Amino acid sequence: MNLVKVMDVQEEEYIYPGTRMCAGCAMALIYRFALKALGPKTILTVPASCLTVLHGMQGFCTTKVSVLHTPFATTGASASGIVASLEEKGLNNEICVVAFAGDGGTVDIGIQALSGAAERGTDFIYACYDNEAYMNTGVQRSGATPQGAHTTTTPGGKMKPKKNMLKIMEAHGIAYVATANGSYPIDIYEKFKKARTMIGTKYIHILSPCPPGWGYDPKETIKIGRLAVETGFWPLYEIINGKFNLSRESKKYLDPSKRKPIIDYLGAQKRFKGISDEDIEDYKTYINNLWDEIKKRIDH
Amino acid sequence: MPNKKKDYQIILASIQKPVIGEAGITGTWSKLKPVINSEKCIPSKSGKPGCFNCWLFCPEGVVSRTIPPKINIEYCKGCGICKEECPASAISMEEVEIE
Repeated sequence: MNLVKVMDVQEEEYIYPGTRMCAGCAMALIYRFALKALGPKTILTVPASCLTVLHGMQGFCTTKVSVLHTPFATTGASASGIVASLEEKGLNNEICVVAFAGDGGTVDIGIQALSGAAERGTDFIYACYDNEAYMNTGVQRSGATPQGAHTTTTPGGKMKPKKNMLKIMEAHGIAYVATANGSYPIDIYEKFKKARTMIGTKYIHILSPCPPGWGYDPKETIKIGRLAVETGFWPLYEIINGKFNLSRESKKYLDPSKRKPIIDYLGAQKRFKGISDEDIEDYKTYINNLWDEIKKRIDH
Repeated sequence: MPNKKKDYQIILASIQKPVIGEAGITGTWSKLKPVINSEKCIPSKSGKPGCFNCWLFCPEGVVSRTIPPKINIEYCKGCGICKEECPASAISMEEVEIE
C-alpha cells in the first residue's frame, strides 16, 4: 500500500472558517478530513448532534457540500431514501451518500435505522464520530460511554462498559468496517477515500476526543487521541469483506510491551477522576482480550 | 394562481447560503494566538514542502499549506493544538489584537 503523505491530501477546504465548534474539537478535524476525502459530489445526512451545530443556524451553512438534517432516529433511513432517489435518476455512481452521526445517534437512538439500512445493503457510508457521551446537550451518558467515566447522568462513574458497536456492524456482513481516530487525520483521509470507491454499506467508527466533555485542555486533543491508540484501547483497523487488516499506526502495539499503561490515558482526563482499581483492572483485561482476538484474526 | 411555485422551487427555497464566519468572528474567543517563528519552522527554513503539522491538525482549517504557513487569526480560536504538534517548537502563543 502506498503511503499517503501530507502533500498528497486534498488542499481545498470544504468547511468555511468561523464555525460554532468549541476550540480544539476533534470532530471538526475529523469532518474536515472526511470532506476532503469525499469531495464535492457528496450528499450528507446528519441527525441532531454537535455536527448540526457546526452547520449553523437557519439561512446559513458552513460547508460546500449538500447536507440534509434529519430527526435523530432516522439517519440510516434518510440515507436509504437519498440513495433510492439517486438510483432512480441514475446518479448513484457519481454522487456518494454519507451519513455522519454522533455516538448517541448511532449506538443508541439511530441503531434500528442503521441496522435496517445495513441489512438492505444500501450503498452508503455511515460515519460515527464517537465522543463517548451526548456532548451537544451537556455530557449525558450514552451507550458508547466507557466504564468508570463521569457524566452528568452518571456522577459516580458509569457501571457498564462501552457498547461494542463495531462487532454489531460487522455481524451485518457489510462491505467495509473500520475504526479511526481524530489524532490520525491522514488515516481518516485514506479510509474515507477507500470507502468511497467501494459498493455496499460502509461503516467507519471514529474516536473523537472532546475537551469540555472529557475534561482536558483543548490543546491536548491530539495527544489524548493518540494515547487511546498507544495504550491499545482504540486499535485502528479495517475489515474489508470479512478480511481483517490492522492499520499501520496500530501494528506495533501487537506487542504488549510496546503499549503504554492504560492509566496514562485515563489519568489525563477529568472524567475518570477517582476511577476504582477494579475498573482499571477491567480495562486491562479488556485490552488484553481485544488484542488476543486481533492477533488470532491476523494469524488466521 | 399566477405565482404557483413548482416543486423544484420549493426544494430550492430550503437551500441555505454557505458563509464564512457563520458564528461571527471566532478569533475573538481567545486572546492567545499562535505565532510562527520562521527561523525554526521546517518548511520556511528549508523552502521545501513538508511537515505542515500545523495545517494537518488545525480543527478549524485556518492554517494555510504554504511556505511559510499563514494563520488566519480572525477565525483562529486559539486552542493551541498547532503549538503542541509543531515538531520544531516554532509556534508560540502570544496576545494578538484582531483588527
